Amino acid sequence: MSKIAVTGDDAIAQAAKLVNPDVVAAYPITPQTIIVERFSDFVADGEVDTEFVCVESEHSAMSACIGASTAGGRVFTSSASAGLMLMYEIIQIASSSRTPIVCAVANRAISGPINIHGEQTDQLLFRDSGWISQFAETNQEAYDQTIMAFKIGEHPEVLLPVAVGIDGFILSHAIEGIEPVTKDSVYNFLGGERKSTLRLDPDNPVSIGLLHLQDYYMEARAQVRDAQQRSKQVIIDTFNEWKNLTGRQYNPVESYKMDDAEYAFVTMGSGAGNARTAIDELRAKGEKVGLIKVRVYRPWFGEEFSNLTKNVKGVITVERAHSFGSPGGILGQDVKSTLFDAKQTPYVAEYCYGLGGRDCLVKEWVEIYNRSKQSFSEGKSLPYFWWGVRE
Amino acid sequence: MPTLKDYAKKEVTFSGGHRLCAGCAAGSMARQVTMAFDKPTVICNATGCLEVASTIYPFTAWEVPWLHVAFENTSAVASGVEAAYKAMRRKHMIKDEHIDIIAFGGDGGTFDIGLQSLSGALERGHDFLYICYDNGAYMNTGIQRSGGTPFTASTTTSPAGTVVPGKGQFKKPLMDIVVAHRIPFVATAVPAEPKDLIEKVRQGLDVEGPAFIHVDASCTRGQRFDPSLSIEITRLAVQTCIHPLYRVVNGEYTMDRPSLRIANDPSKKKSIEEYLKSQGRFRHLYKPERQDDLIRMFQEDIDKRWEEIRTKCGV
Repeated sequence: MSKIAVTGDDAIAQAAKLVNPDVVAAYPITPQTIIVERFSDFVADGEVDTEFVCVESEHSAMSACIGASTAGGRVFTSSASAGLMLMYEIIQIASSSRTPIVCAVANRAISGPINIHGEQTDQLLFRDSGWISQFAETNQEAYDQTIMAFKIGEHPEVLLPVAVGIDGFILSHAIEGIEPVTKDSVYNFLGGERKSTLRLDPDNPVSIGLLHLQDYYMEARAQVRDAQQRSKQVIIDTFNEWKNLTGRQYNPVESYKMDDAEYAFVTMGSGAGNARTAIDELRAKGEKVGLIKVRVYRPWFGEEFSNLTKNVKGVITVERAHSFGSPGGILGQDVKSTLFDAKQTPYVAEYCYGLGGRDCLVKEWVEIYNRSKQSFSEGKSLPYFWWGVRE
Repeated sequence: MPTLKDYAKKEVTFSGGHRLCAGCAAGSMARQVTMAFDKPTVICNATGCLEVASTIYPFTAWEVPWLHVAFENTSAVASGVEAAYKAMRRKHMIKDEHIDIIAFGGDGGTFDIGLQSLSGALERGHDFLYICYDNGAYMNTGIQRSGGTPFTASTTTSPAGTVVPGKGQFKKPLMDIVVAHRIPFVATAVPAEPKDLIEKVRQGLDVEGPAFIHVDASCTRGQRFDPSLSIEITRLAVQTCIHPLYRVVNGEYTMDRPSLRIANDPSKKKSIEEYLKSQGRFRHLYKPERQDDLIRMFQEDIDKRWEEIRTKCGV
């Protein structure tokens, strides 16, 4: 199919249209994302066969999603920032209820002060909730990962909700060309005719969401833990199937020019684009630097990550997110925990950048590299640093 | 019309062995509600006494599909369930049969923290029946005041002290709020009038669109009375006109028989003092000395509301 020019929001809405969920329950206001507006158009024009429940808050959005998914429906929603914060309580219950809801997140800064521009802290704050958490770098990836999210989450070995993050405004409102797929191919990719997965079945009554006291609570939580682990293979298999269908190769942890790299940027989302350009410039000057892009943040693919850092001298994590009072960045902590087990631990420099949608230009990525390499060559890691903040 | 005897023979899908307190009126209500079932029925339950005590893993008292998600969102959960059934029926993924959906919430889960999601679901017009079992406080968590707690009642967050005589505010007019949504069916009920309650549940489920029933369900622990009196206390709520029985069908108010008898013969209207004296939560109105002003204010408020309802019902 020929390429179409779409925003990141539009790309996700188009992907959801092909999936044709049974229920979309959403409250797209705090802050607003266009994903649900676009999807409403599809409902209004009869292009999808979906019940659109336009609820009165994000809290109710996630609640309705759990109800719909528990009833057996295929469910999609989207949110961001303050809206995700309002959903937070119910986000936890979505995973423990084993409801494979797909939630697109146009990652945005959280209040306060109120901001609404691009930042990934919102999605990272529910890293411990049992959700499968992914980030996309481009609108094409957003489109592809949204479709794949349904297959991953709904896999009987998984049955977990999946979040797909796109950087607010940087992807959500920016137009890029994407290669679409056909409705038929998505239908087949997702397993063809759907059989009823009715869980609230009057012919076979069960109770869901019971009180688990000291005698069973840990076992219930352990089931989510195990499903997260099992999802790793399902994610890899799904990415491979997508490659067979579209030719587009995805990995949970992506690499760029890492084969001979001595130093590695680690980042997630749209920042990887500038990182690549900076790497190309640095490579032209003889610097051996590469990029590790974490596409799937939860579950954490530690082994795949370690394989890429085996031979590097220094790792530079650069994340559009922050955690007050922590020993480093949010992604940074995962990276450092993973490196701790390595035979030879590389030096690490951790950066927080671009909060609230602040730009970080290619030349700044180069400066971040130079600053870090300087310290590494002096035999020192660097303390956690907020890039570009006026102190 | 089935008689009470017919209902007594009906299969009850809320089984014994649950862990509600002895004398819990919510348990009696739940049994009566299930007697109204004549179609496949699914229950969504807000966090609360009924939820906690009926489903302690690995046990459940429910013999119909039952779902609990959280405290403040059962109307939204029911909205999602209804939407999914609708879509899956349309796509021929499930049998083409109507499924009745009930949402249960306590007074805390309805008057307070669940009011927004209830209002949203009513406005959107989902086809479900919401049943608020109102025992007048957050009883499961230790008797904290709610918007449903009556005037002067002593709770753990509105304790009767030497200066403050219990809750200082009147009960939130929940029925008026729900009626204002112009949904097809709204009613009050008590477990002391089972036939009335069961019929209302059936009627609420049979209308197309949202329905709401406000059940006064006494609580032996929080309202402080002997467990043998729980049903009588809910009867007293009707007889004192604290909880009159009526229904509002498509905006039309009708008073139901137990309250209609009082409307037709005001001498049958009992003083609220019979209700107050029956429960330990109002003890401070009488000991160490009688609080005439508070009792009068309470009675005046109840009288005013009773007159309003009588007028609306045209009796």
